[in-house]
Amino acid sequence: MAPALAWLAALMVVPCGLVLALAFFRRGIYGGIEYTFTLENFGLAFDPLYAGIFLNSARIAGTATLIAVVIGYAAAYAIAAAPRRLQPVFLFFAVLPFWSNYLIRTYAWIVLLNREGLLTQLLRWFGYEGEPPSLLYTEGAVITGLVYNYLPFVILACYAPLARLNPELGEASRDLGASAMTTFRRVILPLTLPGIAAGAVFVFVLSIGNFVTPALLGGGRFQMIGNLVYDQFLTANDWPFGAALSMALIAIMMLLLTVQAMAAERASGRARTAEGDAAHG
Amino acid sequence: MTAPRNPWKTPALVLGAALTFAAPAAAQNLVISNWDGYMAPDAMDAFKAATGASGELVVHATNEEIMGKLIASGGKGYDVVFVSSPFAEVLNNLGLAEPIDHAKVPNLANLYPEATTLSYDSGNTFSVPYTWGTTGLCYRSDLVEGEPSSWNDLLAPSDAIKGKTTMLATDRWLLAAGQLAKGYSVNETDAAKMAEVKDLLISAKKTLLAYDDTTFYSKLVSGEAVLVHAWDGWCNYGIGENADIKYVIPKEGSDLWLDTMVVMKASGNKDAAFQFINFMLDAKNHAWAAENILYKVPNKAAMDSLPATLAEQYPNMGMPVADLVKFELLRDVGEAQRDYSRIVSEIKAAQ
Repeated sequence: MAPALAWLAALMVVPCGLVLALAFFRRGIYGGIEYTFTLENFGLAFDPLYAGIFLNSARIAGTATLIAVVIGYAAAYAIAAAPRRLQPVFLFFAVLPFWSNYLIRTYAWIVLLNREGLLTQLLRWFGYEGEPPSLLYTEGAVITGLVYNYLPFVILACYAPLARLNPELGEASRDLGASAMTTFRRVILPLTLPGIAAGAVFVFVLSIGNFVTPALLGGGRFQMIGNLVYDQFLTANDWPFGAALSMALIAIMMLLLTVQAMAAERASGRARTAEGDAAHG
Repeated sequence: MTAPRNPWKTPALVLGAALTFAAPAAAQNLVISNWDGYMAPDAMDAFKAATGASGELVVHATNEEIMGKLIASGGKGYDVVFVSSPFAEVLNNLGLAEPIDHAKVPNLANLYPEATTLSYDSGNTFSVPYTWGTTGLCYRSDLVEGEPSSWNDLLAPSDAIKGKTTMLATDRWLLAAGQLAKGYSVNETDAAKMAEVKDLLISAKKTLLAYDDTTFYSKLVSGEAVLVHAWDGWCNYGIGENADIKYVIPKEGSDLWLDTMVVMKASGNKDAAFQFINFMLDAKNHAWAAENILYKVPNKAAMDSLPATLAEQYPNMGMPVADLVKFELLRDVGEAQRDYSRIVSEIKAAQ
């Protein structure tokens, strides 16, 4: 216990405490920190401009989450349905991209999507001669990058409950006259919901604070909250305001993780009951 | 300026910097902080051979990064830093800059007289100019019809080049494009005028391919972009790869940007620090920057030593100093920097 607590204190509590403390001071005229207590940084974080950036980040992260969950769940379902000896191979391929650097994976999308990129060349090879499509530096490119980079989290999170699912439950459901769709909707989906929720929260939390993908794939035209924090620390040299924004972001993430943990707790309770019922039935 | 880029020299220098980091620093070592690739890779060795003083180079990516470190540490840990002129002003205002002892830097005589009387630090009392230049339009003459001549060619582009332009995102230069287009000072802080600048830049944003501070010239080379907002030196990297790329200063003018060397007051090794500055001002050493990073240097002896072919290939290298210093220098705007940051956030957040 003691080493774990020391680890938490040194690497989590102290740094977060420092950031939190910073948020209550003022920015000095030349970017230093003036040690006078103020709450104005938190007030400023709720200014319509910055609140709007928060909301816009949430919208982009939410869209990425939705797409990642749909694709990731389908992929996890397919892997869980594959012959057992092949499943580890498929999972290996699903997480393989993690072996390369996040930046390199993001740059790969620039190579693919830019106006003179591989996609355009492919189109031209098929005889397309018009103006090349403008795919890079769009919101779609940002969302694509986020989905691509965080998809493996959803696949892994959904695969675990799907692989554990007792196949007899599905058989029992169909025996009792439920269609495949109903079986999925009423039996499989509820039992794997904790996995979906875990995967979704991962993608959302990582996406909303991301600053690399909007900077590279959005061409700086889409400001997300992560970029705003980055700018405060590294461009505007307004550390106190950057700290206040970070704290707001951390609060949102903590809230979501707590809700997800509570939901997972309740769902696993329900799942145990359902499994029990099925075994008795 | 932000990080200079020399595609050929950079990797060697990164490796050099990494090796320097690995070696434990001797107590008497000078610590120089500069942008990556902004001086000759062997400069520290040559300095040691010439003066006997050893030093190590550390790199910073942006002015803001090194300023953050210097303000946090009170300037301790560094002897000479390379920063742009508004930041040198800040260091001086904070009392972190050591007055330049002209007796210990005889090579100051190599500077153009114009470079010794610049408004931010007339008489080079706390800083020494290293490179200078303009910010303008870099374009593909084979893909853009006619020669762009105004900032509005970038900010309100014709339909033919919409979606094929980029702008610098670093706040002072982003704002300067709008300020110059409106005929205002590049240090304008009046709220009503800045609101006009903001509106102009938000409408310009809708026509952009991207904001780009680091790869705009490659976008020109590939044809992804045809007209970009560029520092003259960086446009030269594009010109080096494609002779159809040209640089023009819009009729409304440019800012005058200036990167400088500053000795830290907290330095425990000021004599060697001045020796280092003197070494960099040597005509041969200073010419390295002009020849290799393709920035103009404010050193007459160095510029006079350049081969004539350089200005033929890169016309902006041959710009007369009298024309260059007509432009307004970026100055520290003090408390208004906060308003600048907010305006830039509003522009970037605009849909």
